[in-house]
Parts: sequence; C-alpha cells; structure tokens
Amino acid sequence: MTVATSQAVIDVSNLVTHYGDHKILDDVSLTVTAGEIMVIMGGSGSGKSTLLRYLLGLHSTYGGEIRLFGKDITTLGSREWMEIRKKIGVSFQGGALFNSMNVGENVRMPLREHTALDENTMKIMSRMKLEVVNLAGYEHLMPAQLSGGMIKRAALARAIVMDPSILFFDEPSAGLDPVVSADLDNLILRIRDAMNVSIVVVTHELDSAFKIADRITVLDRGRILMVGTVDEVRNSDNPRIRNLLTRTSEDELVDANEYLHRLTEGAMRI
Amino acid sequence: MATDIRPNRFRQLSEAIGRKFVSGIEEFGYGAVLLVESTLWLLVGHWMQQRVRISAVAQEMMTIGVQAIPVVTILAFANGAMMAMQGIYTLRDFGAESQVVSGIAMSVTREFGVLIAGIVVAGRSGSAIAARIGTMQMAQEIDALRVMGVSPVRYLVSPILAAMLLMMPLLAILSDAMAILGGGAISVFELHISLETYLTRVYAALAPGDILQGLAKSVVFAVLITLVATSNGFNASGGAEGLGRATTRSVVLCIAAIVVADMIFTFFLSR
Repeated sequence: MTVATSQAVIDVSNLVTHYGDHKILDDVSLTVTAGEIMVIMGGSGSGKSTLLRYLLGLHSTYGGEIRLFGKDITTLGSREWMEIRKKIGVSFQGGALFNSMNVGENVRMPLREHTALDENTMKIMSRMKLEVVNLAGYEHLMPAQLSGGMIKRAALARAIVMDPSILFFDEPSAGLDPVVSADLDNLILRIRDAMNVSIVVVTHELDSAFKIADRITVLDRGRILMVGTVDEVRNSDNPRIRNLLTRTSEDELVDANEYLHRLTEGAMRI
Repeated sequence: MATDIRPNRFRQLSEAIGRKFVSGIEEFGYGAVLLVESTLWLLVGHWMQQRVRISAVAQEMMTIGVQAIPVVTILAFANGAMMAMQGIYTLRDFGAESQVVSGIAMSVTREFGVLIAGIVVAGRSGSAIAARIGTMQMAQEIDALRVMGVSPVRYLVSPILAAMLLMMPLLAILSDAMAILGGGAISVFELHISLETYLTRVYAALAPGDILQGLAKSVVFAVLITLVATSNGFNASGGAEGLGRATTRSVVLCIAAIVVADMIFTFFLSR
C-alpha cells in the first residue's frame, strides 16, 4: 500500500523510546491518512499504549520524528502545539471525565477554553454531540452516576466537540460487555462517516479491531510486526501474529544460564 | 565473609543517601518551575488566550480561606488565651504580670497568629489539594487537560496560588485579632482591667513592623503550601495507597516547610 506523504495526517518515522534502560519502542514507523481508521493492535506490554502517549505528545522522544498534519511535534513551540491540539480529540481508556463537573460541563470544557462562543451556543453544540453518542438528556448527571459504557460515550462526545481531524481511542472496549462494546464500534464507524476524521484506535480486542479497521498495525515487543488491511493480517503466516489471532500462549525457550542467574541473583555471594 | 559484606552495606547506605539528596534537589527544582509557571500564567495568561479564570480563583478562595475561618477563629482564640494564662502565671513571680499584654501583642502579631493560620490551611488545604490533583493524575484527567491544550498548571495551580496569596494574609489578620481577643478575655479576669484598657495597651505595644512581619510570613506560607501540595498531587502514583501516601506527605511537608521557613524568617527579621 503506497500512501502519498502529503495526504498523511500522522506520519511517524523511526520512533525510538526508552523507559529507564528498557527500550519500549524500537524503530517504529507508520502513517495514517485522512479519513482512515488505523487500529494499533498488540498484546500487553507490546508498547501500543506507549506509542499512543507519544502520538499525543505526552512524552518527549529519544529519537525519530512524529508528524501531525505535516508538523514535527517533537520540535514544536507551545503555540503551534496548541493549534494542533485543537484539531485532535482523545477518548481515554477510563474516560478521564472531570469528576467535579457534570457531563454537559465536561463536553463544553474544550469549547470554553478555546473559543469565545456564548454560553447558549456552547450548550447547543454540546447537546448536538451528546445526541451523536446517544446521551441526550444526561447532561446534568455527574460522571460518578454513569455506567462504564456511558462514561466512554460521554468522553467521546467531549473528544469530538471541537470537530477534530484526528480522533484517538485508547482501548475503547476495555471493561465493557460485548454488546456495549459492539455499540461503541458502530458509533466509531458512524462518526468517521459523518465527520470524515482519521481515527487511531489502540486495542487488543480482535473482534473490534477487525470490525472497524481500514488498516491494522501489529506491534510486538516494541517493534512493528506488520501493517496491513484486515484480510492481510488475518491471513498472515507470521507465527507471532498467528499466536495473537488464535490466542495461543507462547512457550519461550529457556536459557539455562539466564534462568540460574535470575534465581540466584543477589542471594549468593560468589 | 563478613569483610565483603561491610563495604557493600556502606555502599548501599551512601547510595541511598545520595539518591535521597538528588531527589530532594529534583523536588526543589520542580517546585521552583511550578512557581514560575503558575505566576507567569497569572500575569500573562490573558495575552496568551489562556486566562486564569476568576471563578476558579473565587472557588479556591472559598475552600481555602472562607471555610477555614471557624477553625482559625477557635484555634487562635484558644492560643491567645493560653498565652495569657501562661504569661500571667510566669510573670506573677516577678510582679510583672501586667507586662503580659505587650508580650501577647508582639508574639501574636509577629509569630503565632500567622503560624496558626498557616498550620490550619496546611492541614485543611494541603491534604485536600494533593488528594484532588493526585486523583486527577491517576484518572488520566491531567493527561486529558494536556491533550485538550489546557495547561494543567494554568488550570489547577494558578487559581490555587492566587487564592492562597489573597486569603493567607486575611486569615493571618483574623488569627491575630482572635488571639489578641483570647488573651484579652483572660486578662480581663486575671488582671482586673477593662477590655478597653487591654486593647489600648495592645495598641500602644504594637508597631506597624510587627504586623507587617506577620503578613510577610503569610505570603511565604501561601507560596510554600501551594507548591508542596500541588507538586505532591502531580507526582502521586500507585493507586489508593499511593494517593494516601501523597496526601500524608503533603500535609507533613507543608507544616514542616512553614515552621522551618518561619524560623529562618524570624532569625533574620529579629536581628
């Protein structure tokens, strides 16, 4: 699949990150084009959540480039960053709704901070977004009064209230039952069609990934195993991808010396 | 065998001390950056289209200042009364118990009034602020603010700093007044003087410098409590237990910081 760089809204090249001495992401490159749904898939500890945090600019990088809308966010000044941040929306894993505000105030928060709209316009805009996520009439409830699925949908309404060009989802189906998470998948598809946004979804749920993805990036131990369409990933014969798809546990080869070293480390003075 | 353990232990100890020292310096630097950034937002946020909201400042002033009034009143009154009792008891031996009035006036305005206000605010708000910001940190609310393009320092720290700077001096004045009144209540009974006489003597004993010294301290306390509480909140991690630890640490450090700062201040100002 060839993608013209000019169309790419997200363009990551050779990203390397460390956590202490531990390498988390190693030479990760990927592009997301306008209007595309890219699913970043991988097991626990594959580095997919870390990758998302870097895409959101929550950490500074050690090496490589991350371009959003053609601008390298690792070198951006705070003002330019601010302009870019107005164009991205994020739905966090736990929703991250502000607990001290009700649903309506949560959704209006980005408008209040970034626009000079009057109160009534903001109210109408926030209600429109709450309609989109089927939460009309719930704007006076506090986050603590909502169910898990409602929290995710309210967070989604907040993420799309500024009409972003890129929408990020961190584990959208985590902690939800299959029916609610299928609803959320449909909602993601509907929002893409209605608003023509690029969507990046980080998940380990196979069903959800196959349902919504245009392309899937499979991460494994900080490296990209493959980038491809749903069918390409399904038919891949890479053993580690097969394990992920068939939910097979992995038997790792045991290095006897290493094993002995782990057991005795610090316990014996030799 | 024993010979090769000792150097190890020594090394571990020195490493631990070194790490603590470095993390202490790090924390100090973090606080300094927080102070500069939150002050900058207060001063220039308006021009950067990132205003510090007056409503947020007002809300913080309510919780930090206004709601602390009853406790400050009671503690300051009781403390003033105790100082009068102890003062009269000790000075009676010298037949100088009437001097207790100037003693109370000076020590309250220079020292104890503001210290009581500081400790009350540290206890109430030092824990509450750390807990609130810590909870937000763990629920990814701080990340949510950042990706929305809202500076967490501007949104959370600046209103607290402004409210503290406005309310601490007022609480210190209230505390001064209540402690002097508490001393008066005891003096009226024990020294058989009228409240009016007592207040006149207090007034005569005080110089503007005494009250200003207390007010200057209150400003320093305001900054210290804000920085210690917010930085502990931002650095909280490790679930409910970590939150508890951050909250406790915040209160203890707040009180320690204001008492030590008070001592240093007094050392230089009373020379």
